[in-house]
Amino acid sequence: MKRTLTTLALLAGTTTAGAAAAQTEISVLRVAINEEQEQYYEDIAQAFEAEHDGVDVNFEYIANEAYKSKLPTLLQSDARPDIFYSWGGQTLVQQSEAGFLQDISGMLPEGFRETLPEAALEAYTVDGSLYGLPLYATEVVLWVNTTLTEQAGVDVDQIETWEDFLSAVQTLKDEGVTPIITGGQDKWPLHFYWSYLALREGGPDVVSTAMGGEGDGFESEAFIEAGREFQKLTEMEPFQEGFMGTTYETSSGMFADGAGAFYLMGDWDYLPMRERSTSGGLSDEELKIITFPVISDPVTEGGAEATLGGINGWAVSSSAEPEAIEFLAFMLNEENQRKAAEQEIFIPVAKGTSDALQNDFYAQVAEHIESSAYHQIFLDQFLGASVGATVNDISADLAQGAVTPEEAAAQVQEAWDFR
Amino acid sequence: MAIAATTRRLSASERLRRSLGNGRVTAALILLPPALLIFTLFVMLPLGESVWYSFFNWNGYGAPTDFVGLENYQRIAGHSIFHKAVGNTLKIVAISILLQMPLALLLALLIYRKTPTNAVFRLIFFLPFILAEVAAGLIWSFVFDGNYGVTASIAQSFGAESFFILADRDWAFVAVMTVIVWKYFGFHMMIYIAALQSVPEDLIEAARIEGAKRRQIVRYVQIPHIKPAIIVSAFFAIIGALQVFDIIIPLTNGGPSNQTHTIVTYLYTFGLTRLNIGFGSAVGVILFFAAITVAIFYQRFFMGKDKA
Repeated sequence: MKRTLTTLALLAGTTTAGAAAAQTEISVLRVAINEEQEQYYEDIAQAFEAEHDGVDVNFEYIANEAYKSKLPTLLQSDARPDIFYSWGGQTLVQQSEAGFLQDISGMLPEGFRETLPEAALEAYTVDGSLYGLPLYATEVVLWVNTTLTEQAGVDVDQIETWEDFLSAVQTLKDEGVTPIITGGQDKWPLHFYWSYLALREGGPDVVSTAMGGEGDGFESEAFIEAGREFQKLTEMEPFQEGFMGTTYETSSGMFADGAGAFYLMGDWDYLPMRERSTSGGLSDEELKIITFPVISDPVTEGGAEATLGGINGWAVSSSAEPEAIEFLAFMLNEENQRKAAEQEIFIPVAKGTSDALQNDFYAQVAEHIESSAYHQIFLDQFLGASVGATVNDISADLAQGAVTPEEAAAQVQEAWDFR
Repeated sequence: MAIAATTRRLSASERLRRSLGNGRVTAALILLPPALLIFTLFVMLPLGESVWYSFFNWNGYGAPTDFVGLENYQRIAGHSIFHKAVGNTLKIVAISILLQMPLALLLALLIYRKTPTNAVFRLIFFLPFILAEVAAGLIWSFVFDGNYGVTASIAQSFGAESFFILADRDWAFVAVMTVIVWKYFGFHMMIYIAALQSVPEDLIEAARIEGAKRRQIVRYVQIPHIKPAIIVSAFFAIIGALQVFDIIIPLTNGGPSNQTHTIVTYLYTFGLTRLNIGFGSAVGVILFFAAITVAIFYQRFFMGKDKA
């Protein structure tokens, strides 16, 4: 009898000890990624746990679209994650206005802030409060299948202006090559065109001016011109057949299988497009990236140097413990960012880490972003869920000739007024 | 006159006393509260909340504060895509009643007798209905694919150019309706089969002896007999059309450019995924009133008469 009691006491002792050992749990929610990338985060979590007794870091992954629709509900519940993936923009503003986020500016380790570029931190700042940290930057570029362009006799190095691009598209069409691959069903691949053209037409401030309600807002000349230029392209029927029934994933595989010459997509698609192809994808020699063509006579000067892309990162929720912020800083320290660059997981945002990029394409993109006059975050994220989706809608409608550039601009303005 | 009314009232209270005596009211008092509670909690309360939210411009974060009155309803009324969605829903009702139900009836008449071959056919025709909607939608999205789908191979084998029906603004909804007819005709067929089996065999026999032809038997004996079943199946078709959602999402996701929305996918796309919860709630309220109007009118004008 006595022995049983001692055993019980011992057992009880171990359980309480076990509970004490894992007191703090840090939950991190991220959009789903591939296994290699998950391993990268798992390694970081383990390294952090090894240094900090009693801390348990849990990564959870949800597929892209589901993540966006599930997050608002999660944030209002008790199951709210401590740290979650974010694209910045209006969504972050709305989350902060609702009080779901936490100002971490005073909680970061000393000197940490200085390791990140100010412009990237700006993307996670709302009214002077820092609600998260940037992780990496992406850029939307024009991917080129050089085998096809050479076959059609198009010299992509000569493409500088939008007119050059349009004539290259015409040449490709004449030679029987599908000029552009796009995932029209998901609409956002098409919104890259409209956004880039608006940026080129209206200069770096075009979006913030419209958001501020100055002048004609989203109905200003620059946005209407962007629609016109876009329709100059779409009237040539440059996309693959049935492009409105093609998803992003399918289009990505199609481009890698050599179905078309151009593909306007973020740098992040470099590895995924190979994974999605049936032929193994294009080799580095067959691939090239060029920046989006410029407009020779824009409405407002200054847009030629701007880039479109993302500054993706992490937001910190109101329920996060100080340990979570410590972990976030750890996750984004120079060593880990350098590792990500070496493993080609992403293009790190931390200063002085891009030299670790082995891959030529990533290095080029890093260079573009660094020398960019203004890095515009994707409009479908930047303007918030509702207005962003409207931008995607009108881009698809413009591509099919279903609306005029004026109607498209008016729809965006209407959505902005009633956001 | 007054006396007559009093007697009627008296007899009513008399009836109440009697029913109390035989335990009917007691049974109702015991059995009703759980159902009522669940109905209130999960139907009436959310409905009331939706009505409340529909007066706000609310993105779902925090509590709704931006009161906009009827502006959400105004925006819906003026939204061309909502008009399209309502039109599409009506198209589904029409195709269900004009094509799906006659098809189901025809097949039911062919295979309602209990024979082994008929059982096999019944199973085959019923199979689409068993499949999950999302799976069916996905399967058909592959079938309709213009590059490697079945329709593409068929077109190519005839020497025609392959077509991308799901990417075509004018034809995509035809594809959606095809899938809906394919998916649900088996369900209506089963209702008819069950009803046809209950038509007395001697009645058909009698008609045959009187010299009625097959078509006449169907027209004058069987169809009048299964009328209640037809009315019920039409009711399911209409209410079902108001609910179509999970087939469309994997098939077209409402596209190309919002041409294939139904009221529910419209609610989901413009209310939930865009985080316009107030706007979405307003669509939900409209949908609720549409459904309840249909239900009440249908009960009154079709189902009431023969107590189906």
